[in-house]
Amino acid sequence: MSAASVPTPVVDLTPGRPALLADSSTLIWRGLARWRRDPGPLVASLGFNILIVLMFAYLFGGALQVPGGGSYREFLMPGMFVMTMVFGISLTTIAVAEDLERGMTDRLRSMPVSPLAPLVARAVADLLFAVVTLAVLLVTGLAIGWRAHGGGGATLAAVGLILLLRFALIWVGIFLGLVTRGQTAVVAVQTLEFPLGFLSNAFVAPSTMPAWLGAVAAWNPLSATVGATRELFGNPGWGGDSWAAQHYPWLAVLWPVVLVAIFLPLSVARYRRLAG
Amino acid sequence: MTTRGDAIVAEGLRKRYRDRPALDGFDLRVPQGTVCGLLGPNGAGKTTSVRILSTLLRLDEGRAEVAGFDVSRQPDQVRYRIGLVGQHPALDEALSGRQNLVLFGRLFHLGRRRARQRAVELLERFGLADAAEQPVSTYSGGMRRRLDLAAGMILAPAVLFLDEPTTGLDPRGRNEVWESVRELVRAGTTVLLTTQHLDEADQLADRISVVEAGRVIAEGTPDDLKTQLGGDRIEVVVAAPADLAAAVAQVRRVADREPTVDVDRRMVSVRVGHQAGALVDVLRALDAVNVPVADVALRRPTLDDVFLHLTGHPTRTAEEVAA
Repeated sequence: MSAASVPTPVVDLTPGRPALLADSSTLIWRGLARWRRDPGPLVASLGFNILIVLMFAYLFGGALQVPGGGSYREFLMPGMFVMTMVFGISLTTIAVAEDLERGMTDRLRSMPVSPLAPLVARAVADLLFAVVTLAVLLVTGLAIGWRAHGGGGATLAAVGLILLLRFALIWVGIFLGLVTRGQTAVVAVQTLEFPLGFLSNAFVAPSTMPAWLGAVAAWNPLSATVGATRELFGNPGWGGDSWAAQHYPWLAVLWPVVLVAIFLPLSVARYRRLAG
Repeated sequence: MTTRGDAIVAEGLRKRYRDRPALDGFDLRVPQGTVCGLLGPNGAGKTTSVRILSTLLRLDEGRAEVAGFDVSRQPDQVRYRIGLVGQHPALDEALSGRQNLVLFGRLFHLGRRRARQRAVELLERFGLADAAEQPVSTYSGGMRRRLDLAAGMILAPAVLFLDEPTTGLDPRGRNEVWESVRELVRAGTTVLLTTQHLDEADQLADRISVVEAGRVIAEGTPDDLKTQLGGDRIEVVVAAPADLAAAVAQVRRVADREPTVDVDRRMVSVRVGHQAGALVDVLRALDAVNVPVADVALRRPTLDDVFLHLTGHPTRTAEEVAA
């Protein structure tokens, strides 16, 4: 092949090979650089989460009774931590849909970039943001009187379970961003967030709901994580007789693994299918 | 079979979208170091062919080689040798111009230091050095296109695909982009350009391929194509609408061909081959029957005429595109 007539650049342009790790870390750098340049949406998201906590703690808190008479704020916070993980999903979906729409995804696909890297980078960058979000919420919780009583190991395990759930939900968000377009994507995900969040044991005992609704709430992946982290933090909870309620720690691991096992391959397949 | 000398080879490309064929036996050869303009109406298959040649879309049938490599079997080899500039700048709006170029340089596996050097070099070359640290969201349309072109040039690609590169740009932005493209071609890059602006093809392309219904229906230099239409046209605008019929009769007699009439513009036009005296004859004939003439012109066919003749419908005009 003759390349003699190609423009000669000053820089030596002998490229390396496409590599998942290198490409992913480059794209993670992109995600972080974006946030540094334009932190607005992240600040808004953090502010929204803090606002929700304060609203529940001070506005609804007075009207709610905690089973067994424990502290309402101790009861509240594990539910809030998990809700927050759900509320971040639309950011993932928007980012994926935007790259598709604005031609960025096409540009990456026309370059020798590992085809998994854009998705992996999205998941990792958004998980890093989830860590920041959770840290802010933990501090907010401590400030309003929430405490973890389970010891260091249990507390770390609880934090791990919460982030594991977020990691699984990120892949749901990525998939939705790939299959829906524009505003539809955002509306779809935001519509999903609320029922998913409230139809759980986060704020209301499933045993007080109509039987079928209670069963849905008990089996909600969120309930598993909320139930398990309440135990691990040593915070008051609902208990419950359902099989699901008896096995929350197991389900809190199983559910996210199942979600990742479904939505990660679906997302990768969908990404490859962009080539028609 | 050797394809030496051709930077782009497409043979019998076929691609279907559900029930509709987008490419239906598409053939193309672009010699190294030249600019090929792909012209065609919306939906003719221009973008589909560019997407296949730039490895974004799988082909159903046929064979395509870009820069010496098969697009289906060696897509990564192709990807190291092409630049793609699409209809809308594919840039990260939140990042600065420099950050964008560093990002793409690193994704081409240049390594951090060389990616930074290359970014500085390209920003300089495309006249963006002053805006290098500004976020792209503050750039004008022309600046974005130039940055987009710069991103397509990071590895100094052998082949550059430009899919309607000046859509939505004002005349100044267009000229900026054209100048950049000419510079790249002078340095040896092969360019495949799709456009709906015929003057853009006339300005930039060495050869033109007219695409219709998923295949190339005509091919040649802009002059070849114009000559195929068979020479010049005379256009006469009469002063009074009442004279139109008389004018048609005289023009028909002199040119010995059926003229076309545009009633709204009071214009009669006819093809006259290469008869040098035809214009004078027409004016004399009109004068003899006392038809006052408001305007008269002898013009060479434009690519618009070529296009209309070949495809049966006009391309969109610049006004329509802007609207």
